[in-house]
Amino acid sequence: MLKQTPFHARTSAINQLQNWRRWSGYYTAGLYEMTHEREYWAVRNSAALFDVSPLLKYLVQGADAARLLNRIVTRDVLKMTVGQVIYTPWCDSHGKVLDDGTISRLEENTFRMTSAEPNLRWLTMNAAGMDVSIADVSANLAALSLQGPKSRLILKGCSTKPLDGLKYFRLMSNEIAGIPVTISRTGYTGDLGYEIWMDSSSALPVWDALMSAGHDYGVTPAGMLALDVARVEAGLILIETDYTAAHHAIIESQKSSPFELGLGWAVNLEKTAFNGKRALQEEKTRGSDWLFVGLEVDWTGMERLYREVGLPPQIPSITVRTSLPVFVGGVQVGYASSSAWSPVLKKYIALAHIRRPYFEIGTQLVLEVTVEHQRKYAPARVVKTPFYEPEWKKS
Amino acid sequence: MSVHEYDAIIIGGGHNGLINAAYLARAGKKVVLLERRSIVGGAAVTEEIFPGFRFTEFSYVVSLLRPEIIRELELPRHGLKILPLPSTFTPMENGDYIAAWDDHDKTRREIYRHSPKDADAYDDYARLMMRMAMAVKPLLSLVPPDIASLSPRNLVGLLKTGQYAASLSESDLYDVARLVTQASGDLLDEWFETDALKGTKSASGIIGTFLGPRSPGTAYVLLHHYMGEIDGAFRAWGFAKNGSGGVTASIASAARALGVEIRTDAPVRQVIVKNGRAAGVALENGDEFYARVVVSAADPRRTFLQFVEPKYFPDDFLTSIRNFRTRGSSGKLNIALSELPNFSALPGEGELHRGAISISPSVDYIERAFDDAKYGQVSRRPYIDIIIPSMIDPDMAPPGQHVMSCFVQYVPYDIEGGWTDAKKELFAENVIGTIEQYAPNIRRAIIGRQVITPVDIERIAGITGGNIFHGELLLHQLFFLRPAPQWADFRTPLPGYYLAASGAHPGGGVMGAAGRLGAMEILKDWRW
Repeated sequence: MLKQTPFHARTSAINQLQNWRRWSGYYTAGLYEMTHEREYWAVRNSAALFDVSPLLKYLVQGADAARLLNRIVTRDVLKMTVGQVIYTPWCDSHGKVLDDGTISRLEENTFRMTSAEPNLRWLTMNAAGMDVSIADVSANLAALSLQGPKSRLILKGCSTKPLDGLKYFRLMSNEIAGIPVTISRTGYTGDLGYEIWMDSSSALPVWDALMSAGHDYGVTPAGMLALDVARVEAGLILIETDYTAAHHAIIESQKSSPFELGLGWAVNLEKTAFNGKRALQEEKTRGSDWLFVGLEVDWTGMERLYREVGLPPQIPSITVRTSLPVFVGGVQVGYASSSAWSPVLKKYIALAHIRRPYFEIGTQLVLEVTVEHQRKYAPARVVKTPFYEPEWKKS
Repeated sequence: MSVHEYDAIIIGGGHNGLINAAYLARAGKKVVLLERRSIVGGAAVTEEIFPGFRFTEFSYVVSLLRPEIIRELELPRHGLKILPLPSTFTPMENGDYIAAWDDHDKTRREIYRHSPKDADAYDDYARLMMRMAMAVKPLLSLVPPDIASLSPRNLVGLLKTGQYAASLSESDLYDVARLVTQASGDLLDEWFETDALKGTKSASGIIGTFLGPRSPGTAYVLLHHYMGEIDGAFRAWGFAKNGSGGVTASIASAARALGVEIRTDAPVRQVIVKNGRAAGVALENGDEFYARVVVSAADPRRTFLQFVEPKYFPDDFLTSIRNFRTRGSSGKLNIALSELPNFSALPGEGELHRGAISISPSVDYIERAFDDAKYGQVSRRPYIDIIIPSMIDPDMAPPGQHVMSCFVQYVPYDIEGGWTDAKKELFAENVIGTIEQYAPNIRRAIIGRQVITPVDIERIAGITGGNIFHGELLLHQLFFLRPAPQWADFRTPLPGYYLAASGAHPGGGVMGAAGRLGAMEILKDWRW
């Protein structure tokens, strides 16, 4: 049996298909309704409520807490202010990405790190000789993600302290249904959104309060299928789908550097020594061989492929996590690791690893697709990500 | 009085006018669009009739908007969002209901509950409609040829139509022929036995038409409405964010971005003709606009009988236009609600409130509703297609309250004794009384309401007869006969004057095909 999150009593009661996936050893809902369409649209038009409790969470405390984290991740932790959250990857000594997640500075010497993979050992190894304590608080801390243009209104309706001043990637202490919570303005959808962190023992009243405050704004519990489409639209990478964690890679070519993943913006080569710094400096000078980019598939081209067999275009409504080869002039130049039909853009989009020099914006290439069991090639081009970024995301 | 010069003038800011203007501007033309009202959108508008309550006043769902228009004008970038409208719920007179839910198996079980045979037939029927829609759909993007003319342009058109017909299998061809001539009620009798299922399915065959489900030709209208459902992932069926006004707002935004100048409060008095060509338009305030091309996105009667002096058109053409059937047959009751209607057949708030609710218990019920209208009365027990936009898009009503859109048929334009306040009240009462049979709390939930008769559609949206398709989708008014023989290719007998709206091929609904195809033809004619 997998473990149940603190919200299982609520999420299992509404899971119409009893569709469960696994996430860090927990049951997590794939979708709650018969299709994930409405759950997806809640992200883009009202508010979707995700149970993200399976996230791994570590509390890092002590005089050297900032120093430890700064040594591990590629961004500058020392510059963080209390109440700030950053998104960052972290690397092995060869500059290959181990994981990506967020770091919140809760107090001067107290940080919370979230990650997709277990990192307790890595944190402990790096902490040798430092004045710091590291605790895995994954099970103690429940988390909800409320995402969508109505998320602020809903939270305002049920939290005690005013929320208007809470900026993008900042957090605050608050109270919902009498339960102390931390609210961070973060998420994995590229829309306006918040994550709410609370003690696992008092999770259910918070869920109930959000559902009740959100009723009139169309709040909709949503599962991983909806999230997976939204995150592709937002151009956000997913570990083990879009890249292999360096310590899981069997062969060298499975590893990626932050530059190759399009996370160069999150690499601070100015700061003091950190894991992988030298390798990353060299890569920066040399230039990367790969880049993780957005592709937009030409719909007219797709339609033509289907018309040839007498069908309207058939695109799966969920994110496809199968690797699709990408070619230029008959030569493979990369592969798309996530592809999806974007309902909000009405476009077929993909996130792809592309070799130099074909990763420049505007480059025309073709994506391998299967049309009625036959291998075909759909024209596509390299575009900027995020594919979708509403003006209210950061406002 | 002021004088302005452009390449093209578009009369009317409905969706077709906006689309036509956008495509002409996209081709580099200097375009001005003149709209009579102070807002654009035509019959696809959203207005806040009561504070906080936004009504999709006329058109209320999106089903047919052409995917190529969405793509070419980049409408999603301009705010177009089509939200799912996943189910159809039909309460029955015996207190039960029948529903099509958002899942094939669930729907099949639901139909099975009423008739195991119908549940089996449902899949086969859906397959037939899908195949027929696929067979007929290419016609939507074809410019109808003049079957009697041998001019080169027409030969190409004839050839294309011929190629298209040849591409159909023999059995498809027979099925299409049957479908365009059949009554929707008869078609459905061949397939199903459950009255409420047949009633609900037949309803799409009568929308916008002054016919009952037992009238021949209604099966085609049914298909017309089905065509929106076959665009695969691109499907455009649903409720637009911000209502139908959200659709036209996105098109207007795209048009402006392409350089179209949109002028509202600019009612056109007449088209200016010089040297036998349309040369411009004069507004009611006397302002004059000149251009190489004048495009009307108004209905055919207004386009040919009101804007232009009759002397510029041949008599047989004018006769055809005068005979063009534009009998308005539908109305709307838009309601602001303090609470959701509570249906006795399935009490409480539920998924039914997020889909369509259809008052269509049987084909006979709808036919009787038509009987009333045939003799100049509003239907005592009308067919009603209800949606609750605020359940789909929270921006449509204040939190916790709702707006409800009731599309009603039949509401004749030519009512016996003419439309009066008392008649409007009777119409509203018939609708509320009918809904009340199934959802008894409806009356106490009403905070405000807006009654729209065909006369109101004509007055507000400027559509003659209040016919939502600018002219009924009758077999003798389709394809190369729409709006008149020999003039189905968006051109008109007056050189430089074009028609590019629902009264032209391929007809109505928020489809936009006429606006786009019209622009293509205009650009073909462009010679400097």
